[in-house]
Amino acid sequence: MALLEVKNLAVSFVTRNGVNKAVDDISFTVESGKITAIIGESGSGKSVACYSMLGLVPTPPGRIDGGQALFDGNDLLQLSESELREIRGRDIAMIFQDPMTCLNPYMKIGDQLIEPLVYHRKVSRADARQRAIELLDEVGIRDPQTTIDNYPHEFSGGMRQRVMIAMALINEPRLLIADEPTTALDVTIQAQILQLIANLQKKRDIGVIFISHDLAVVADIADQMVVMQTGKIVETGDREAIFENARHPYTQKLLSAIPSGSKVSSDAVPEPLIRVENLCTWFEPGGNKPVVKAVNDVSFEINRGEVLGLVGESGSGKSTIGRSILRLVPVTSGHIDFDGTDLTSLAGAELKRMRRRMQMIFQDPFASLNPRMTVFDTLAEPLLLHGIETRKSVSQGVLKLMDDVGLARAFVRKYPHEFSGGQRQRIAIGRALATRPEFVVADEPVSALDVTIQAQILELMAELGREYGLTMLFVSHDLAVVKHIADRILVLYHGELVEQGSGEELFNNPREEYTRSLLEAIPGRGLLD
Amino acid sequence: MWRFIGSRLLQAIPVILAVITVTFFLVRLAPGGPFDSEKAVMPEVKAALEAQYRLDLPIMQQYTAYLGDLAQGELGPSFKYPGRSVNELIAAGLPVTAELGFYALLVAVIIGGIAGVFASLKPNTAQDYLPMSAAMIGICMPSFLLGPLLVLVFGIYLDWLPVSGWGDIPGDKILPAITLGSGYAAYIARLSRAGMLEVMSQDYIRTARAKGLPEWQVVTRHALRGGLIPVVAFLGPAFAGLLAGSFVVETIFQIPGLGRFYVQAAFNRDYTMILGTTVFLSTLIVLFNLLSDILAAWMNPRLRAQFGSR
Amino acid sequence: MGVETIVDVSMAEEGTSLWKDAWRRLRKNRMALFGLVVLSTFIVIALLTPWIAPYAYDAQDLDLGATPPSAQNWLGTDIFGRDLMTQIMYGGRISLAVGFVATAVALLIGVTWGAIAGYVGGKVDAVMMRMVDILYALPFMIFIVLLMVVFGRNMLLLFLAIGAVEWLTMARIMRGQVQSLRQQEFVEAAISIGLSPATIIRRHMIPNALGPVIVYTTLTIPSVMLLEAFLSFLGLGIQPPQTSWGLLISYGAETMEEFPWLLIFPGLALTLTLFSLNFLGDGLRDALDVRGSGD
Repeated sequence: MALLEVKNLAVSFVTRNGVNKAVDDISFTVESGKITAIIGESGSGKSVACYSMLGLVPTPPGRIDGGQALFDGNDLLQLSESELREIRGRDIAMIFQDPMTCLNPYMKIGDQLIEPLVYHRKVSRADARQRAIELLDEVGIRDPQTTIDNYPHEFSGGMRQRVMIAMALINEPRLLIADEPTTALDVTIQAQILQLIANLQKKRDIGVIFISHDLAVVADIADQMVVMQTGKIVETGDREAIFENARHPYTQKLLSAIPSGSKVSSDAVPEPLIRVENLCTWFEPGGNKPVVKAVNDVSFEINRGEVLGLVGESGSGKSTIGRSILRLVPVTSGHIDFDGTDLTSLAGAELKRMRRRMQMIFQDPFASLNPRMTVFDTLAEPLLLHGIETRKSVSQGVLKLMDDVGLARAFVRKYPHEFSGGQRQRIAIGRALATRPEFVVADEPVSALDVTIQAQILELMAELGREYGLTMLFVSHDLAVVKHIADRILVLYHGELVEQGSGEELFNNPREEYTRSLLEAIPGRGLLD
Repeated sequence: MWRFIGSRLLQAIPVILAVITVTFFLVRLAPGGPFDSEKAVMPEVKAALEAQYRLDLPIMQQYTAYLGDLAQGELGPSFKYPGRSVNELIAAGLPVTAELGFYALLVAVIIGGIAGVFASLKPNTAQDYLPMSAAMIGICMPSFLLGPLLVLVFGIYLDWLPVSGWGDIPGDKILPAITLGSGYAAYIARLSRAGMLEVMSQDYIRTARAKGLPEWQVVTRHALRGGLIPVVAFLGPAFAGLLAGSFVVETIFQIPGLGRFYVQAAFNRDYTMILGTTVFLSTLIVLFNLLSDILAAWMNPRLRAQFGSR
Repeated sequence: MGVETIVDVSMAEEGTSLWKDAWRRLRKNRMALFGLVVLSTFIVIALLTPWIAPYAYDAQDLDLGATPPSAQNWLGTDIFGRDLMTQIMYGGRISLAVGFVATAVALLIGVTWGAIAGYVGGKVDAVMMRMVDILYALPFMIFIVLLMVVFGRNMLLLFLAIGAVEWLTMARIMRGQVQSLRQQEFVEAAISIGLSPATIIRRHMIPNALGPVIVYTTLTIPSVMLLEAFLSFLGLGIQPPQTSWGLLISYGAETMEEFPWLLIFPGLALTLTLFSLNFLGDGLRDALDVRGSGD
């Protein structure tokens, strides 16, 4: 018998603007001893489906319209709140996306860990503490005897997620629901946490629901897969069936959105456009804290017409390098030579003239557009400032840009909040191209987007790069994406350059230990070939 | 933590010194000497009086002498009550005001806190609207209006409670405490509601629910602490406000406290009394601010760790 | 003309700006609308008082004395036989003027101070905000009483003194806004386009920092009016022959046993105004989606 059997579950949200069917008549089963992955992009209803079974969707605005969720033959949807509470945290446990916010910052982790045990099993606090220490040890927390009395802020993100996992497992539940548990983590940490979840699941032989937006993440660990789109299940099957024989077009689209292959470099004679020499960008946090050496003695060149990938985990200084070149942060020392001009010494009108030649595309399309300016105002601003268009001709220029980035002209007087993430990123790209720059820094331009949108934006950028003859510095934490778009790749670690080379060279013959560990951490490596 | 307390104490010293200096010179700047109004004071008498109060010295010497007195806890003689020192007057008024303030704070924290937390548990329902409407009335009904109205209704029309005095008739402390405390109860209710709503929307509350804890444990164990930090941080400013409010409430209910002395001193131009009381009250307020800051920081483990030893 | 062939942008469908959106939300908030209507009415009455007041400000009728509300005197008369409604109308002029002028003073100083500190940053910011911190720790209520005692009861001084207290929070809010805006990517984008700092502040920062400032301004006015009423009640604020709601309440409180309307009507006027401003402020806070603004 299946551990969990969901039949015709339907959940909707009642808002002022009408009823939104978040989960629309879905059925699936979860077997004991298997990992079932639920895959879908934002708004697919994957999380709502799981939360609603446990009574964790606030009602109102949520509303369960019908269906069954049989766990042990009991319909979870029919249980009273107190009966459901008996199951939550005891038989079914959860871990969540952001370990930074999911632990109570005001309580020692030990006190939080033993709560489910003390509450559900009436174990004494001393025994519970002993059990908690054992479990912390099992999930890989160093020195659990003492760290059990620490507060959450004393742990890193990955460690906090381990604590969350220990907390979920402390009552030995039979079903674990993991909601995007690695999305907020660096790749190498992600790989460790995925491994940990898989190991613990095997050892305990429990059922796991693994919710994710990213097919690649679950490629190595999922047994069963459920693909959701806008509240409906479009396809289910075991891993092989999905990855090798996807039938539904949406699943195929998701699969093809995984960036693969590497760019074939043009064989133009390399001629450096930008030369970075011994760049140091340090920050003084103030107080008695030590100086943060965000970028430390980094030298490299970017050739004309080239896409240079810059890869590293959080804190590696990759974004700071891009911002240093564009003079958005003060450079501590070193030189940046742009086509014969030393950027670090420019100021005033000279700097303004150079700014026209280099632009930036930012990570978060929700933050990079002024919410109080229309598309027209946003795109017209650089055109007018640099005298590229006159007041008379500016609307032509704006419409041309919108055509280039694939935005319907009818949207020209709309505001950013009226667009989706992908559309906003198109506006931001349009703004960066408005000055007809030679060089563009793209700082994680697709990492805030859904996977299928990611593929579209990457394609757009590659296309526009050719059309405008751009030289690009592409900053990303995602090696697969970078390999797909970049001619050459630099690997950064703690503000210093570790290794550089073409995508093929790095992937096939990494010379440095750190590069190797990054490569091994790429989720679903087998899919890349 | 000790480093934090130490650094805050060090910051408080210049503030207190600034208060003393500004008050001293403001009072000295005041047009008209204290003995000008009394006519027919013989010049010799006036000179003697001025010598007694050190008014004949250059102002900087007066200032340093005053600082010297303060260092010994000496606030000087009163102009208007010859033979009595400011210390004595404060000592007479302080216990009354402190008691009144304590009851008012109790009213504010208990009623306000409970109403706010209660309202936050079921937002946008009657359980929220009722206490919050009451809080809105409390905020818009200043003590100098509420006091007379309470006296009118409960003291005169219904004749349930005494309308003036302090500790003379049983029950005469009820109306002043409510009058002084209600505005702050209203403010604390709004503050704690907002704080609780903010905390209840945090991810770690969802974690606590996912553990299967009953709702009351989610609230008491996980939400209350974070939700009430703003309230604790507000206690300092609230204390300052209560002291100022006691000026009015003590006047309305004819309570022989520090506030009434202060207002009377203000009208009598009893400069040493004004000076002494201002310095005293200000120091008290600065120290109380410090206390509530420290308490709020101590409740937050992150801040606590930031300032060294745990 | 089809969508794709738009040549003149004015033909495109107009978007909904955040301001329009906020106004739509505010219109749905009945209490905030009520506040807006009451407040506007009071302001209009205050502006027109000299022409519409039923009696002259200084008209008194000692033989009449205090009378309860009647057809001749809608809100009754005081012990000098003066029409209470006239008194309240003239008092309202002063109370509202203090509220608005002192808030304007606070707004001007606070916004400038906070914006400079937030934009310049670094050591300048540290010093400027340190000063605000120190001033914050001062017991201002007592200081204002002291000022009023020492320098006499001067209206101009009252404006300045109250404004000087209230600007502190405004400065903190503005600085917080500017600081967080400085780190926003759209401001970085504006820098990388090459816009001058003045243009960035004017076009990209001020419009986005305005929301919290508007909300806090609306909520500062009632607290300023309260302060004025408080001082006037103690006899340290507005002085006769001028009058204000606080002063009227203080007179009313003295004689409330025999003539309760003298307390109730001025009290009602003040409370109603404070209600309106607070409801409007809360409504604006929701409509503009301003969170945790300093207090």
